[in-house]
Amino acid sequence: MTLPGSTSAAPPAARGRSLTKVFGAGDTRVVALDGVDVDFDRGRFTAIMGPSGSGKSTLMHCMAGLDSVTEGQAFIGDVDLSSLDDKALTVLRRDRVGFVFQAFNLLPTLTALENITLPMDIAGRKPDQAWLDRVIDTVGLRERLAHRPTELSGGQQQRVACARALAGRPDIVFADEPTGNLDSRSGADVLDFLRSSVRTMDQTVVMVTHDPNAAGYADRVLFLADGRIVDEMADPTAERVLERLKAFDPADDRSADGGAASRAGVR
Amino acid sequence: MWRTTWRSLLAHKLRLALSGLAIVLGVAFVVGTLIFTDTLSKTFNELFESTAADVNVTRAAAFDQGLEGTGTGGTATYVPADLVDEIADVEGVAAVEGSVQAEGVYILDADGEVLDTGGAPGIGVSWDTEESLSPTTLVDGRAATAPDEIMIDTNSAEETGYRVGDTITVLTPGPRVEAELVGTFRFGDEGGLAGASLTAFDMTTAQELLTAPGQFTGIGVGAADGVDPGELADRVAAAVGPDYDVKTASEQAESLSADFSEALQFINIFLLVFAGIALFVGTFIILNTFSMLVAQRTRELALLRALGASRGQVSRSVLGEALVVGIVGSTVGLAAGYGIAAGLRALFGSFGLTLDGSLVLAGDTVLWGYAVGVLVTLVSAYVPARRAARMPPVAAMRDDVVTVQRGLRRRTAVGAVLAAVGLAALVGGTLSDDGGTGASLVGLGALALILGATALSPVLARPFLRSVGALLPRVWGTTGRLAQENAVRNPRRTAATASALMIGLALVSAFSVIGASTNASIDKLIAGSVRAEFVVSSAVGLPFSPDVAEQVGDVDGVASVMPLRWGQAQLDGQTTFLTAVEPDRLARTIELTWVDGSAEGLGGDGVIVDQPTAEGRGWAVGDPVEVLTLDNREQQLTVSGIFESNQVIGSTVISLGTLAGAGGVDQDRFLFVDLDDGVSTADVRPQLDEVLAAYPIVDLKDQTEFQDEQKGQVDQLLLLINAMLVLSVLIAALGIVNTLAMSVIERTREIGLLRAVGLGRAQLRRMVRLEAVVISIYGAVLGLVLGTLFGVALSRSLADQGITELAVPVPRMVVFLLVAAVIGVLAAVGPARRAARLKVLDAIAQT
Repeated sequence: MTLPGSTSAAPPAARGRSLTKVFGAGDTRVVALDGVDVDFDRGRFTAIMGPSGSGKSTLMHCMAGLDSVTEGQAFIGDVDLSSLDDKALTVLRRDRVGFVFQAFNLLPTLTALENITLPMDIAGRKPDQAWLDRVIDTVGLRERLAHRPTELSGGQQQRVACARALAGRPDIVFADEPTGNLDSRSGADVLDFLRSSVRTMDQTVVMVTHDPNAAGYADRVLFLADGRIVDEMADPTAERVLERLKAFDPADDRSADGGAASRAGVR
Repeated sequence: MWRTTWRSLLAHKLRLALSGLAIVLGVAFVVGTLIFTDTLSKTFNELFESTAADVNVTRAAAFDQGLEGTGTGGTATYVPADLVDEIADVEGVAAVEGSVQAEGVYILDADGEVLDTGGAPGIGVSWDTEESLSPTTLVDGRAATAPDEIMIDTNSAEETGYRVGDTITVLTPGPRVEAELVGTFRFGDEGGLAGASLTAFDMTTAQELLTAPGQFTGIGVGAADGVDPGELADRVAAAVGPDYDVKTASEQAESLSADFSEALQFINIFLLVFAGIALFVGTFIILNTFSMLVAQRTRELALLRALGASRGQVSRSVLGEALVVGIVGSTVGLAAGYGIAAGLRALFGSFGLTLDGSLVLAGDTVLWGYAVGVLVTLVSAYVPARRAARMPPVAAMRDDVVTVQRGLRRRTAVGAVLAAVGLAALVGGTLSDDGGTGASLVGLGALALILGATALSPVLARPFLRSVGALLPRVWGTTGRLAQENAVRNPRRTAATASALMIGLALVSAFSVIGASTNASIDKLIAGSVRAEFVVSSAVGLPFSPDVAEQVGDVDGVASVMPLRWGQAQLDGQTTFLTAVEPDRLARTIELTWVDGSAEGLGGDGVIVDQPTAEGRGWAVGDPVEVLTLDNREQQLTVSGIFESNQVIGSTVISLGTLAGAGGVDQDRFLFVDLDDGVSTADVRPQLDEVLAAYPIVDLKDQTEFQDEQKGQVDQLLLLINAMLVLSVLIAALGIVNTLAMSVIERTREIGLLRAVGLGRAQLRRMVRLEAVVISIYGAVLGLVLGTLFGVALSRSLADQGITELAVPVPRMVVFLLVAAVIGVLAAVGPARRAARLKVLDAIAQT
């Protein structure tokens, strides 16, 4: 399934082909992903939405090399993740992928700066100082670099996490409900930062969210239901996304009206 | 509430099992010790009760010698033959027979080596013809009736492989005897001799070799039918007079085992001290485990409180868990203790103390095992239980549980006071004049310091881990940095974990310092005071025949041979261990540093003593000393010299002549061989070796060999002590495993995050490993510092007991440090693997 937004000349930062993920067997068999084809273009901010249980988190995990697929292939650049062993996957995550999780993004024992440079430190690489400075200035945390996570607010912590994800200049950043635990003001800061990293720093970001407002920051929204991509929307706004979500089968008790049910599904 | 207790137990099986293991080891050691000493007592009691005669008559000793008197009795133990006839006339006597028994008879095996008794005596006896009075039973062959006939006990026969009809050689206090083995016999009902060997001769030969013609060492009396042994003993006592001890069989067994139980008590206390250390160390681990369980369950416990559980119920549920762990641990410990007792029996068996029969599991032992195990667990769980009860219900609502780090101020204060008191006691003990008081002061100081250090260790952990731990990031980069941070994160936990190792290593290193100092002192002492070119002795100071001295003296190039013997007498009313030397030859073989007087008066009725003894007794040169000999004769000696303490010669020295006059045994313990001027040791060694080949009980040692032999004994003791302390180190290692396992569980999400952002499995394992290593090294450094302090203080306070030198075995300490690091690595294997196995997604998703 080649989507309209992916016709640019440059190869996509990541792509999935016939991605299928099955959990359990027999009576407990659940098909989380059902033959998904997807491209994530470079320099674009993609949001993935869908009711809980739709497979959006699973899609992200498989694309990011955190989980294996049952069938199909996931690529970061030209690398087929299914061909990699744990060691190679770890290195790939370290060097080519950035992560922002919903919560618990930072190591409490390290300072903000140390958290930001952690993947590079693990790799034993020197960070690109100019780039690092730019990232830090963009998140606006220069004053707080020596603080430990417990001394930072929730929004600040998430911005540090974003900075960490970007500091290594990864091929792609995956963000899993990055604003799920934040108030709307702090959430907006984080989303602003993610958008500007795409617009001004030419990064590629994929974000899973249940929040139409968050999705409104993206360049493109993919809608998942029952393990399939059922729709997509270019240049979304919060209102349009909300409208689209309402169109999901209202009889479906897993329907995404935002809020608690969806959030629980992510965790 | 019991249901929640039970569920929680099941949920934390592994962790509880680890802390339970600490209890198991501690209890096992206590129980093993008790079983072993009970078994030891049983063996010896059976041995003592094996005297078959109803009433025994021996020469009354002038004073109680205790066990040390064994083998130093000599002519003082002789009972004349005509006493037998007197006793035979007593009414109610059915049978009477004199017997001879003495030490210093060693059986040689087919290779000409002495049958190893592991320090137990080699005993020679006369063969009793009156079966009803004999503790022995003929098993094979017949009784010895001639000088060229001999009998040995079945245990010895089995070990040497000798059979009836073989020609065997034995060493006696007199000449070597070669004779035909005509019979083997069993001693008592079970043949248990606790390692000693028995050789029997016919009466005439026995008297010739062991006493003198017409002299027994005891008379056995059998009561006629219907005569009460007690009454018979009274009548016999009336007939023989006050010079003789008359005891019924049961009285004799009692007095022997009373003497012996004192010695047993020592072994018992020695072993129980180690069991106590093990339990003390175990306490830390249990406390740690329950603290962590409580911390982890903060929300759960707070929820219980919010739902209406009272403080008491919450703390009882934690204590309930501890109770179950304690009971289960004690039960397993009891079983393991049986194994330890079997191990101890084997260990002592390898030293020659063979214990036959089954192990004794007394009801008391079981009771003690449970009492100790359950009590220690409950006491250790008390603090965490109280903390659990104080959990505010609101903690249940908080999203992220922050384990509250309470201030360390009170700990710092208490720890500082204890450490200061400990240090003061240590210094006081070191400076104390009196060795005994000094040593106990040092002991108390050590205890206070250990407690103080335990209280202070969380405070010290941070600076230590920040400074020394700073090496980690430098060498291992981020992995090292993470490990360092993890170790610093909860200083209380790190400290409690390290404390267990600290105690073990403090003791090990203290003993190492004392051992090294003792060895250095031995070197200096022997090099400085032994002038003799050779020393002839058995390794454990067993007595040997004067024939050896005579033959060594005949070797060309030997100028003189000075024998050294041991004896006992009461000096000014106090039982004193005596050394007897040849006064004329003393100066040429052993150099003493004189404080006052000289050895000159020794030839007559002089006695020379070392300085501590002189000070203790208030003796000065020229003072008279009242002597009561073993055979109840009074005598006066004069203090003729006071010398500086010298372990080679002992504290109170008389001449051989004086000893012989006081009824001492004519057997040597050491020979100091002085060569003619200009003769080298290499020149005479072959001849000396040739002469001594006939007496395998003794070895020829030059100065270096003599030093090595003496040091070997110290090393062996040290090895034994360290083997015991391994237990506490083992428990400490368990503690590290426990702490790491828990912190891995606590940090599951962190680990998930690290893995997600690219930390490899190998790096993760290294992180856990480095944390373990840094904790163990922290414990080891604390332990080594404390141990060195203790060792130095104790060595100094024992300076007048012969530990004149001070030596700190630095290479050995470095080895300890490395061993601690290895312990850390090994302890981390399980937890590290567990951490590395975590699935990234599961770990991140965990709440």
